[in-house]
Amino acid sequence: MENPYIPYPVVIDDIKIATEDKSLKTFKFVFLNKQDEKKFSLYKAGQFAELSIPGIGEIPIGIASSPVEKGFVKFTVFKTGVVTSHLHNMKVGDIMGIRGPLGNWYPWDMLKGKNVVIIGGGFAFTTLRSSIIYMLDPANRSQFGNIDVVYGARTPGMLLYRDELYEWETRDDINMHITVDGTNDSDWKYNVGFVPAIVEKKAPKADLNTYAIVCGPPIMIKFTEPALKKLGYNEKQIIMSLENRMKCGIGMCGRCNIGKELVCKDGPVFTLEEINKTPKEY
Amino acid sequence: MKVIKINKKDWENGINQSKKEYQLFGPVKEKDNYIFKKLQLDEYPDMEHKDTLVSPKSILFPQTEKILQTNLDESIDDHHIMKQVKKDYSKRAVISIKPYDAKAIQILNLNFDTDEYKDPYWCEAYKATTFIGLAVNNPSVFDFSSSTNTGPFAEQGLDVLLIDCSKEYLAKVLTDKGQAFLDVAGFNQETDNKKAIEIINNMKKKAENAISSQISTQNLKDKNTLDLYEAPFWDDIAFSCINCGTCSFVCPTCWCFDIQDETKGNLSYRIRNWDTCMSPLFTLHASGHNPRGEKTMRVRQRFMHKLKYFLDKYDNGIMCVGCGRCVKLCPVNIDIRKVCNLMNSHEPDTDN
Ligand SMILES: Cc1cc2nc3c(=O)[nH]c(=O)nc-3n(C[C@H](O)[C@H](O)[C@H](O)COP(=O)(O)OP(=O)(O)OC[C@H]3O[C@@H](n4cnc5c(N)ncnc54)[C@H](O)[C@@H]3O)c2cc1C
Ligand code: SF4
Ligand code: SF4
Ligand code: FES
Repeated sequence: MENPYIPYPVVIDDIKIATEDKSLKTFKFVFLNKQDEKKFSLYKAGQFAELSIPGIGEIPIGIASSPVEKGFVKFTVFKTGVVTSHLHNMKVGDIMGIRGPLGNWYPWDMLKGKNVVIIGGGFAFTTLRSSIIYMLDPANRSQFGNIDVVYGARTPGMLLYRDELYEWETRDDINMHITVDGTNDSDWKYNVGFVPAIVEKKAPKADLNTYAIVCGPPIMIKFTEPALKKLGYNEKQIIMSLENRMKCGIGMCGRCNIGKELVCKDGPVFTLEEINKTPKEY
Repeated sequence: MKVIKINKKDWENGINQSKKEYQLFGPVKEKDNYIFKKLQLDEYPDMEHKDTLVSPKSILFPQTEKILQTNLDESIDDHHIMKQVKKDYSKRAVISIKPYDAKAIQILNLNFDTDEYKDPYWCEAYKATTFIGLAVNNPSVFDFSSSTNTGPFAEQGLDVLLIDCSKEYLAKVLTDKGQAFLDVAGFNQETDNKKAIEIINNMKKKAENAISSQISTQNLKDKNTLDLYEAPFWDDIAFSCINCGTCSFVCPTCWCFDIQDETKGNLSYRIRNWDTCMSPLFTLHASGHNPRGEKTMRVRQRFMHKLKYFLDKYDNGIMCVGCGRCVKLCPVNIDIRKVCNLMNSHEPDTDN
């Protein structure tokens, strides 16, 4: 019987500070055992994993690397409580564990042949990065129509994956709409304004072939919904990734539910239509 | 179906015999309460016991359980690599479990043994366990199990059902596992099956008739989840609740748990502990946001889970076996029977 609580042992291979305030770091992990890597690498963009620090605890974190990137996995973690603070103090070479991949993913089969609008805010951009890298991969790009990305943070220095964002800006197979709440930087070439406002201005109008994936803090989600409705998106065309406090990540400990759905196992990805059928306890 | 007769004079001897192959668990009196515990060589299950304070689910799902371990000493091989804690899963039998508590084990099994994931600690313990039930001849005033798909003589989840007929037990053999236990105990006195079943059925009717409280659940399935969620009665129900969590800890069907790491020296354990949705910490995000920050929301969660979400998810009845423990022990008399009937008869306000 496979024990779903046992993490795969990994070693920290690299740590990069991700934002100017140093509250986010991106950790690159390499599996100690090749066969674990093989099992884990079947993940899909949108899934998460439990990062497991022996003696400290476990935390659910979205997988920021993409299934098309081989040999390692990456996670970007915001320092906030017990486990995340401990992780921020760990060093390259330290050994810990990863349990997963867990949860469902963005509906890639259904999205084939469709236009995709990605909307993210703050540090909830991790699995969206994974998704963009996946869609832009030469082997996959032709399977999707237009790709639009609206991504915002408080300031330019708070945007995650800046090098990649600016590179994507220069490409013609993806329409980037980067924005910040505000900036003193006179060289800032991109948008200024909150995500929902930029969505309303820049995101494509809905047609039957277009789907929006939304991931961000509750307040952003709350105001993005009406913006998308104005553009004609219906409940089925809005796909969201939810967060709830978790422990087991496999649907057993009972803590992450919204109604009868368990965010860890039946989610974290739901359509707005599904979410509207359950109590909104997230 | 076979029925075996056990003369009460032979009972203790049989228990002694079975201890040679099985670890036995049974109800014993400790201070003022009955609890289920592992029986020592000179201990016998108390067959007259009333309800145990907490349910025997703890035999398969302990209140606190080490699940993984590792060594944090960087000078040794395998440091920081978590491994399953080795446990004894040799044969065991639970003696004198009540039928509704056995049914509750079946409900927990739905959670821990799934197509996608299997909880190895639960599954191993479950596989190793034989359930020897004792029919309830005199149901307590809190018992409403006859309206929750179980009942004083129910057989679901049991391997043997014992019926106390004053001088003797009749033992209904329900599974091969049950037969194997009776063989080891040396209980093999056959009896006139037809007559025995008749006696049992009469006693069963009498016990069922002695249960005075019932709940109505027939409409719950067709109710709209959000209508129930938004029903006006939740504030009233929750008003006096002090969020003590007693109701979930004594409940045989509550399965929620927490996971924590504990370290002593270099030895670190990952431990799981029973948890309760009545605690605000249960859902508190690191950001301070709490999706069930108010008491009413937590009380509603407990009842909605048991009486609606579970029903919708498994289409297999409600997540309450009618043992009455929470009704009896809630310090402010919050009563699931009343809540269930309110939910079952709730009609949303059609004006808005
Ligand atoms: C599906 C999913 C994906 C996530 N992806 C990311 C990500 O990519 N980057 C990132 O920085 N954060 C992410 N989070 C949030 C992250 O899990 C929490 O910030 C983290 O658990 C806080 O842990 P802590 O020990 O530092 O905080 P403490 O407040 O000390 O929390 C104690 C424990 O409670 C649980 N917990 C507390 N808050 C949360 C929460 N918001 N969500 C889930 N469990 C919680 C954890 O088990 C945690 O160990 C994600 C959460 C979910 C559910
Ligand atoms: S036992 Fe009663 S007071 Fe305590 S948490 Fe349960 S309902 Fe509330
Ligand atoms: S909810 Fe109450 S009556 Fe029902 S099984 Fe649990 S403790 Fe027993
Ligand atoms: S985290 Fe345990 S059930 Fe979802």
